Amino acid sequence: MNAPLLSVKDLRTVFDTRAGRVYAVDGVNVEVRRGECLGVVGESGSGKSVTFSSVMGLVRSPGRIDGGEITFDGRDLRSLSPQAMRAVRGRDIAMTMQDSLTALNPALTVGEQIGEVLEAHDETLPRARGARQRAIRDRSVEMLLLVGIPSAESRLRQYPHEFSGGMRQRIMIAIALACRPKLLIADEPTTALDVTIQAQVLELITDIRAKLGMSVVLITHDLGVVAEHCDRVMVMYAGQVVEEGPTRDVIGNPAHPYTKGLLGSIPRLSLRGQPIRPIEGQVPDLINLPPQCRFYSRCTVRKEVCKSLISMREAAPGHQARCVRVGKDSQ
Amino acid sequence: MTLAADMPARADSIFRQNLRNFGHNRLAVGSAAVVVLFVLMAIFAPLVAPHDPNETDLFRRLQPPGWADGGEWGYLLGCDALGRDIFSRIIYGTRISIFIGAAVILVATTIGILAGLASGYLRGWVDIVISRLVDILLGFPYLIFAIGLMAMMGPGLVNIILALAYKEWVIPCRVVRGETLVTRELEYVEAARALGASRGHIMMREILPNILSPVIVVATIRMAHVIILEASLSFLGLGVQPPTASWGSMVADGRAFILEAWWVSTFPGLAILLLVLAINVASQGLRDAFDPRFHE
Amino acid sequence: MTDAPLLQVTGLTKHYSGRRSLGQRLSGVPQTVVRAVNDVTLSVRRGEILGLIGESGCGKSTLGRAILRLHEPTAGKVVFDGTDVTALGADDLKKMRRRMQIIFQDPYASLNPRRTVAEIVGLPLKLHGLAASDEEVRAKTAAMIEKVGLKANQLDRYPHQFSGGQRQRIGIARALISNPEFIVCDEPVSALDVSIQAQIIELLQELKTEFGLTYLFISHDISVIGYLSDRVAVMYLGEIVEMGPVDSVLSRPRHPYTQSLMSAVPEIDTVGRKSRVRLKGDLPSPLNPPSGCKFHTRCPLAIDACRSKAPLTETVGDGHVAACHRLAENLSLLESTEA
Repeated sequence: MNAPLLSVKDLRTVFDTRAGRVYAVDGVNVEVRRGECLGVVGESGSGKSVTFSSVMGLVRSPGRIDGGEITFDGRDLRSLSPQAMRAVRGRDIAMTMQDSLTALNPALTVGEQIGEVLEAHDETLPRARGARQRAIRDRSVEMLLLVGIPSAESRLRQYPHEFSGGMRQRIMIAIALACRPKLLIADEPTTALDVTIQAQVLELITDIRAKLGMSVVLITHDLGVVAEHCDRVMVMYAGQVVEEGPTRDVIGNPAHPYTKGLLGSIPRLSLRGQPIRPIEGQVPDLINLPPQCRFYSRCTVRKEVCKSLISMREAAPGHQARCVRVGKDSQ
Repeated sequence: MTLAADMPARADSIFRQNLRNFGHNRLAVGSAAVVVLFVLMAIFAPLVAPHDPNETDLFRRLQPPGWADGGEWGYLLGCDALGRDIFSRIIYGTRISIFIGAAVILVATTIGILAGLASGYLRGWVDIVISRLVDILLGFPYLIFAIGLMAMMGPGLVNIILALAYKEWVIPCRVVRGETLVTRELEYVEAARALGASRGHIMMREILPNILSPVIVVATIRMAHVIILEASLSFLGLGVQPPTASWGSMVADGRAFILEAWWVSTFPGLAILLLVLAINVASQGLRDAFDPRFHE
Repeated sequence: MTDAPLLQVTGLTKHYSGRRSLGQRLSGVPQTVVRAVNDVTLSVRRGEILGLIGESGCGKSTLGRAILRLHEPTAGKVVFDGTDVTALGADDLKKMRRRMQIIFQDPYASLNPRRTVAEIVGLPLKLHGLAASDEEVRAKTAAMIEKVGLKANQLDRYPHQFSGGQRQRIGIARALISNPEFIVCDEPVSALDVSIQAQIIELLQELKTEFGLTYLFISHDISVIGYLSDRVAVMYLGEIVEMGPVDSVLSRPRHPYTQSLMSAVPEIDTVGRKSRVRLKGDLPSPLNPPSGCKFHTRCPLAIDACRSKAPLTETVGDGHVAACHRLAENLSLLESTEA
């Protein structure tokens, strides 16, 4: 099948605050193909998490989706009833949160939390009570083993606080994967973890993706993580996608000044001795944005034409950037 | 060097933001207005009250309210068994309720803040002594404790304040201790220590301003309780002594005539209800505005 | 540099004892002890940056705070510019605080939300009597604020009106205004966005040159440490397992833990997965640290000796030391991946 698994068109998510309307996600297009891993990179306030909370239908008041299309596996998610949307969440699309301590319910055992998801979504479970309980337990054990938690049988009876941060992140992944979703959205899965544990968790996600043939969206601020684990990458800035394309192209040959700036501002072990160059200034206030390039105030190569709305332009096949200096018709 | 994106030039403290939040809650603002009205009434009692509250007139004994048969509009809420104007006595009684309420809360909160800060920040034996004392005091039923103290010390305005404050300080103390335990671990407190700040500076200047909001909220909620307690003591005859008008003793005065002259007890009772309700609603509003945990 | 180090830490130890209830004491329940920092010896030369790297819970922040006596050390000595800091009384310690400062990780928790920037940054001047009048305090504060890249007209604002990066600049201004010589930078960029992180790193470098500062730079990010430091110390479960000049340690790491840390860092330049050393399991609890070499429970190279005997620190190069039983065998976990 060539149709993408998830396709988001012109998504706008706004937050109405006392100070004014915040355009947290402003005209974002995303495509996630079957079986691929898409990296979504951006700093805080870039809209990377809000974009995917919108896909999941989890934007809470005062936020709301103001426009756009979200198509998943041929279905229009925005037209679904809340009930139908609940069925999609967990079964077809699952999401893991950054903070594993607050995202897991401290009052329920790990087994109960995995069981809950299966109970809610899995229609293949037997109807008879005893057999059903046994099936749920077997599946839960299987999930914990899949995410590499040893002695799963006894671990099921433990509470989240009895696990380390890395283990909790694995449990969250186990819960997310319990119903074999077609798409896993991992929101900063390793930000709270140490590097040695981070490496374990990321390899786990990559291995399971291959094993189950699902698609993964990896939301992160770490370009190194993207470079190693993602097929394609999408860079977001101030509520917009500023660059997207195959990871190798975007990182090896960045087209947008923001992406270039990001890459230049990270100290790298392999480039030790080379100075880093920070991007000066700050992310603009998302209230009352002027209709111009969002990166204008921090850009070192800005021109007069940048003070107008800029659309995505093709830098190379499959590689696009939102900058007037990109492409054939650049001035 | 980077320069910040320009922000509104006006300095905006958290306290001012909280007050603005409070201003958005109409019910709370209305209740606060009622409380202010009572306070003004207490201050300007001689100007507001139509009659001397202690002037007896046996011809007006148990005279009904102005709108009832046999009532006079000049004596709006009727008269008590000694023919004193109930409306005027309620106005003067406001002085007692609010003065005692405010004085007890002021004394108790001051002691509570000092004890709570010392207990929560210094820890060690200071904490052990204060915490045990708090536990012991909490073990006594409040009213019985106050009755016992009043019986020992004898009636009188200062003694009521002392009798209530003896136990009341425990409540702000526990709030302050708990908040201090959380705040002392924050990095800005550590930063102050790293800069060489004294313990006094850290407690009074770094910690106290950050825990004042819950203390203010608790103080207002407790003020309503103290007003009820004072009325209870006065009702039992252990409070302000006659002929000084106090709402509690006025309710007690009317007990004997509750069937033939309901107004003698009812109106001071309503006054207690109205003031306590207004304080409670206003303090709820304060809590919602000051405590971010209640922000939606 | 041949002169005496600015800071000499010898055998520094910080243990936290758990609380026992009266009943537990009477029934003889043993006291739990968290060995956060264990017998750490290091020195920092004037004008250098010593990077201290380790994972969460390894005791690196505690070490920084114990050096400043923000947490009282259990044992050991800290000598700063010839003065034994651990022996100072309260008044002398207060004077010493002017010369040794700290920059915190969390730009939100480290600034008192109820004070204005002027009050926060000006506090050290008042505490140490470094300005004759309020006007002088204000003038010096304004000058400092501009040094760290903020504007003098922002002095009367409150911390919540600033972004994370700007708050970190305020914290830096507060640490520097008393003109200290030595700064403990406790993960000062970890809470910041990537582009802001680079701004703060650059600022810290500029200020170091301008004021002739010496840093102990604590971080979990080996790339940041590698970029900034002159020398680097690697910490695991309260102990320093490897230390030396940054070029030597990062290009020829000798301890298996340093090697696995380096291999775990996701590298931008290696698109696609690099094969890496997989460490088993999680960090052991410092409540109940493993016997012998503390790394043996996760070490791919562990042998019997590692389980029973703690390794000694040995010199492996010019100023480069490591503590491992198998140093002589010259093993490397990284070779297979680099080849």
